[in-house]
Amino acid sequence: MNIKTIIFTIVISVFSSLNVLAEQHMSDGDKDIKTEIKETIAHHLMDSHDFVLTHDLSFPLPIILYTDGNLDIFSSANFHHGTTSHTVNGRTYSLDHGHIVEASGLHPVDFSITKNVTFIMIVFLIMLVMFTRMAKSYKKNALPSGMGRLLEPIVLYIRDDIAIPNIGEKHYKKYMSYLLTVFFFIWIINLFGLTPLGVNVTNNIAVTFSLALITYVLTTVSANKSYWGHIFWMPGVPVPMKFILAPIELLGTIIKPFSLMIRLYANITAGHVVLMSILGMIFIFKGWVGSSLSFGLAFALSLLELLVAALQAYIFTMLSALYFGAAVEDYHHE
Amino acid sequence: MEIPAIVGGGLVVIGAGIGIGRIGGSALEAMARQPELTGKIQTVMLIAAALIEGIGFAALFAL
Repeated sequence: MNIKTIIFTIVISVFSSLNVLAEQHMSDGDKDIKTEIKETIAHHLMDSHDFVLTHDLSFPLPIILYTDGNLDIFSSANFHHGTTSHTVNGRTYSLDHGHIVEASGLHPVDFSITKNVTFIMIVFLIMLVMFTRMAKSYKKNALPSGMGRLLEPIVLYIRDDIAIPNIGEKHYKKYMSYLLTVFFFIWIINLFGLTPLGVNVTNNIAVTFSLALITYVLTTVSANKSYWGHIFWMPGVPVPMKFILAPIELLGTIIKPFSLMIRLYANITAGHVVLMSILGMIFIFKGWVGSSLSFGLAFALSLLELLVAALQAYIFTMLSALYFGAAVEDYHHE
Repeated sequence: MEIPAIVGGGLVVIGAGIGIGRIGGSALEAMARQPELTGKIQTVMLIAAALIEGIGFAALFAL
């Protein structure tokens, strides 16, 4: 029983036992605890127009709306967390469960800088800093230092085990930049989704849709003749079968990126919903046993979510490399 | 949610569980036969498991 074990035991028991002091703030009077938990979870998983760190520290973000040829830009502090409405140039906007509605029925197109957009820009800056540091550390000698030491095995792994086996030696260099970007982007964003900041970018199906769309566009644009030949006129099967296979293969080209989108979205969203429901269970059981066990389960599930964050980034990158490889491969007809 | 939807969701999870279990089992067997290929077998096992889990989640979310 050395000092490390003692400290560890004390810390774990303190964390487990503080849960019994959990109280809920019944802000709306008579609401059932389960409904309130559901609303809190839904609120956390949605995009929002202001950046809320704690209850007192929040940044309002700009709202950019395009209604019928008029561009309206104002700050979301005018909405006061959804309680008031804002009138500009005769059009009255108000916030309704996270959506912006206009009083007289016009439909604004929402180009606002919301929390997700802000976070994508922050991750862009983080990745820019990381990789320029890594590139600079290669100037002096072949062995990198600093950030390069951390990232070099990962970059080499992507090149040697994902890009070259799937795309081939001749063409892999053209796709390396996209594969690296997608891998680190998805991994960093999934990791940030596990922090208490409340940002979940991959929870948004529009973000995963854009990533899958870029993969689809890259495969279609860089496909050579034998790829289209395989889809429309598959060699090696009898002629009636070729007519049956052609629409199925064509549908397959769309379904493959579609499954990329759904896989990433569903994995991350399901993980977050389950994690927050288990944290909500801490408030439902108000005794010693139930709250501590819920906390322990939430802790174990968070560890699993770390694995899922990295695994989903790896799977997305690998399947993208597979699709690129199928598009540019030179098929040798016997 | 109605009862048929819930039963369907349970069947999907059973299917995904059986699939991933079989993949894990054959991966373990292959690793026991040839310990030097452990890295590659692990990689392929994770890929196949993620694909099956993707179908499972897609069906669950379409409920």
